[in-house]
Amino acid sequence: MKPPAFDYIAADNLEGALSALSAAGGDGKVLAGGQSLMPMLNFRLARPSVLIDINRVPGLAYVEATGSTVKVGALTRHHALEMSPVIKTHLPVVAAAMQHVAHLAIRNRGTIGGSLSHADPAAELPMLTLLLDARIGIHSPRGRRITDAGDFFVTSLVTSLEEDEIVTDIEFPKPARESGWAFEEVARRAGDFALAAVGVTIDARDRKCEQARIGLMGVGETPVRAHEAEALLRGQRLSDTLLDEAVASIRSAIEPNTDLHASSDYRRHLAGVLAKKAIRDAWRRADGDRQ
Amino acid sequence: MIAHKTIRMTVNGTTYERSVEPRLLLSDFLRHEFGLTGTHVGCEHGICGACTIVVNGDSVRSCLMLAVQADGAAVETVEGLGTLQKLNPVQAAFQDQHALQCGFCTPGMLMTITDLIKKYPLASDAEIREGLSGNLCRCTGYEHIVKAVRALVRQPGSAP
Repeated sequence: MKPPAFDYIAADNLEGALSALSAAGGDGKVLAGGQSLMPMLNFRLARPSVLIDINRVPGLAYVEATGSTVKVGALTRHHALEMSPVIKTHLPVVAAAMQHVAHLAIRNRGTIGGSLSHADPAAELPMLTLLLDARIGIHSPRGRRITDAGDFFVTSLVTSLEEDEIVTDIEFPKPARESGWAFEEVARRAGDFALAAVGVTIDARDRKCEQARIGLMGVGETPVRAHEAEALLRGQRLSDTLLDEAVASIRSAIEPNTDLHASSDYRRHLAGVLAKKAIRDAWRRADGDRQ
Repeated sequence: MIAHKTIRMTVNGTTYERSVEPRLLLSDFLRHEFGLTGTHVGCEHGICGACTIVVNGDSVRSCLMLAVQADGAAVETVEGLGTLQKLNPVQAAFQDQHALQCGFCTPGMLMTITDLIKKYPLASDAEIREGLSGNLCRCTGYEHIVKAVRALVRQPGSAP
């Protein structure tokens, strides 16, 4: 297994990368961490005529807290996200989820921009951007645009990125300090892609759920938000009945695929089990722990 | 015809300059250009961990990096760890604990552990197993590899 022949450009700056990508006219691929693209090249599932390597582009790897957001550069490695004190403090659900991303040698190379652009429906970072209403910054020769994570993921391995665009930064709104959170995942082996996973954040006030966010992955062609279940929880106190209603709503809203790892029915069942645990844990962190 | 690129890299402390085809994998470059066949090639898509090496201090899959990407980098392979006369601490722990059988996965295990013990406390067996989960071994059942790591992290000053 060897990659097909391609030309290789190591871009020194973003402008250089964008003009090389544009010049490739749809036949170029951006190489960041390479942890998804390189296997595709080795299998010859991808046959670009030119690779534009952005690993040497300065200023694309950072994690910064601003007043109301956390900004992450697209070239930030998974291991840096995993270890970042800013992420641990402000986005604990992301820190928890990073433990599930592949293995150290993969996390040392893989990048958030690469994971989002590859858009595997069972990958953690795409789901987390959707869960947390992140905004994705994108550059092209035409300038900069920003898109909501909800508009970015089109279907399995397909995003709204145009062929001359590069993801450059991701901005996560900071959840309220007292926001509760949970992340639950089941995979066949440690580090494998998830059979299903659920992320939850809950803001509570006066023992009621003010806002709930529920994100799922591995249960369809893209990561999804469980909007109906979120609406069921809003304004309510958590009870076993309400929890069961939310789980039923999640199970009926998703359409998981059957593959050699698990059947659609199994994934639907699993998503409900994980959601129940995650909603309960997030609620406890938002409310119970401080009462 | 794709133009070759000239790259310079340090491999186990020696600096080399070579001209390479862009598609050449770093794993193949190390094996074919320098005869460093300790870096084993298993799955060639990042699953088995046998080709794990250390680049600029971080463990990486050498089958998922191009040689041309390592231009300017410091590369360490299993051949750089120790010698037959003087094993490094990770190798010595493998010998003491009988942590290898056929040896195919061993170079990747050793390079992975070299990075793991720098970055994680590995305080529990669960954490050690999680750390090793990206490297497949078909002989040992992992038990003795876990023992070797446990012995390493419980000896103060044992980091290489």
